[in-house]
Amino acid sequence: MSDATLNGAAPAAPRKDKVETPFRRFVSEFAESKIAVAGLIVFTAIALVAIFAPWIAPQNPYDLAQLDIMDGRMEPGTVGGGGFTYWLGTDDQGRDMMSGIMYGLRISLMVGAGSALIACVVGASLGLLAAYAGKKTDTVIMRLVDLQLSFPSILVALMILAFLGKGIMNVVIALVIVEWAYYARTVRGTALVERRREYIEAAQCLALPTYRILFRHLLPNCLPPLIVVATMQVARAIALEATLSFLGLGVPITEPSLGLLIANGYEYMLSGKYWISFYPGIALLITIVSINLVGDQLRDVLNPRLKK
Amino acid sequence: MTVYLVRRLIQALFVVLAMSVIVFVGVFAIGDPVEILISPDADQIERERAVQALGLDLPLWQQYLVFLGNALQGDLGRSFVFNEPALKLILQRMPATLELAFGAMFLSILIGLPLGLYAGLRPNAPASKAIMAGSILGFSLPTFWVGLMLIMVFAVQLGWLPSTGRGDTGTLFGLHWSFLTVDGLAHMAMPALNLALFKISLVIRLTRAGVRETMLMDYVKFARAKGLSPARVTFVHVFKNILIPVVTVVGLELGSTIAFSVVTESVFAWPGMGKLIIDSINVLDRPVIVAYLMIIVLMFITINLIVDLTYSMLDPRVRLETKGT
Repeated sequence: MSDATLNGAAPAAPRKDKVETPFRRFVSEFAESKIAVAGLIVFTAIALVAIFAPWIAPQNPYDLAQLDIMDGRMEPGTVGGGGFTYWLGTDDQGRDMMSGIMYGLRISLMVGAGSALIACVVGASLGLLAAYAGKKTDTVIMRLVDLQLSFPSILVALMILAFLGKGIMNVVIALVIVEWAYYARTVRGTALVERRREYIEAAQCLALPTYRILFRHLLPNCLPPLIVVATMQVARAIALEATLSFLGLGVPITEPSLGLLIANGYEYMLSGKYWISFYPGIALLITIVSINLVGDQLRDVLNPRLKK
Repeated sequence: MTVYLVRRLIQALFVVLAMSVIVFVGVFAIGDPVEILISPDADQIERERAVQALGLDLPLWQQYLVFLGNALQGDLGRSFVFNEPALKLILQRMPATLELAFGAMFLSILIGLPLGLYAGLRPNAPASKAIMAGSILGFSLPTFWVGLMLIMVFAVQLGWLPSTGRGDTGTLFGLHWSFLTVDGLAHMAMPALNLALFKISLVIRLTRAGVRETMLMDYVKFARAKGLSPARVTFVHVFKNILIPVVTVVGLELGSTIAFSVVTESVFAWPGMGKLIIDSINVLDRPVIVAYLMIIVLMFITINLIVDLTYSMLDPRVRLETKGT
């Protein structure tokens, strides 16, 4: 950490509470990249839209009473039968695309973030265990990781969904199985270095239980790379879920995510009705890019090798 | 080397066995085997006879051994939909997928190398920044959506290229290939580009990084000091040296290109094995699903084995490490 930032921060806030804490340092380093901050703002906006979709969407796209089949496949900007403007057009059932996208974002983000979180817990635990226990446990877990990473993620997900069938829960299970290996590998790598440190030895001398050493001592010190991987994996999970749903293997038709919305527009696109597929795709793209931008900057900030 | 080869072969064999257990348990134990193997329109008596004939009354491990024995003889069941051996169906579709995958690899080098070279030689030029931004987009864009947009622009609005299918095929070695006819090439252009998108970004980044590293090497400085023309330095001294790692990585990506062709084939209705598996999953044609999974697993293990062996030949450290443990 350079003194320049420290001094730069001091005059801006003459109050006593501007002591440099690791968190503040992290925030100021993160803010060095304007594009990453923009990514964070965009992503926050998307997340808010997704969370509050039922209150801000112009229409509930799943309430059939609100849909007017006469308004089907209207171009963006058309005023519908009920004096209602469809800014992004309507799909074949007269559903407002803007509302559909807002609700779709909810499902996409929920599945993406949910599976990334579960995979993180599972993967990080196994990674920690592998690094801490060593020997046979390590070999077994890491062989499993190697085996899985030698197959492309789409193939593993395809295989699992072929066994389990469609459904939101099954997609989450598939994504967790696809992703846990990345977390396990990352955490094990860091934990192998950390477990040779004195504080672990000290904890062992105090005869603390293993779970306590693992989760209270080892894990917090493995967090930085884990956060980076988790961010990137959320984006990957969202993209993979969209792909699976597009292929008809993901979420059911009653709860369409962005991928399914895009798939629904496929047949109409050949007759020039582009908006049914186009706008959900743009929403998906913006979501993924904004998460990736944040992740890229996090990687630079949290990487000890790049510390100034 | 022989010891290493044997060890890797044994390892690969174990992986194949493990995967066959997973696929077997996945399809036969999680799903209902009667429903999987017997056509849904069979009546009760036919059903019971089939259960006995297929040995479904045996314990699971015995069933697995029967499955394995049949699989070793190339019998992976018959498709419900096409009423043909599942293995034959998949092998018939394989040339289309391979053609598409190789087409995509070819495009990724054809487009990625020059762009990466330019971005590496002039890292600060606006065009280079645009190329790099484009490559980030290439990593982030959902493949299937780009495919749809390609169809929309080039097939629907401009009408330059056909939107779906394989077009006319020519015959070579007794198999049908699209790249032998003009119509086939026109059909192949969009799917191949779509599949190549991710790889193009990868090649751009690899080439750029390679060029920037190589430009700082002493032999490049020396070549310049000798007064060689910049073109000669770039294409003979720099280009040759970055080509090997780039081609290696692209070769390694063959497996994942084949896997991701599932998506592209579905978008462009390309009649390859990827489209077949998606259709089969949607209509629950499970013998085909099992056969596809077993073949693709075998394919990946072979690719991984070849990659590992090539590495160990190129890099003696890999061999020594395995010997040590």
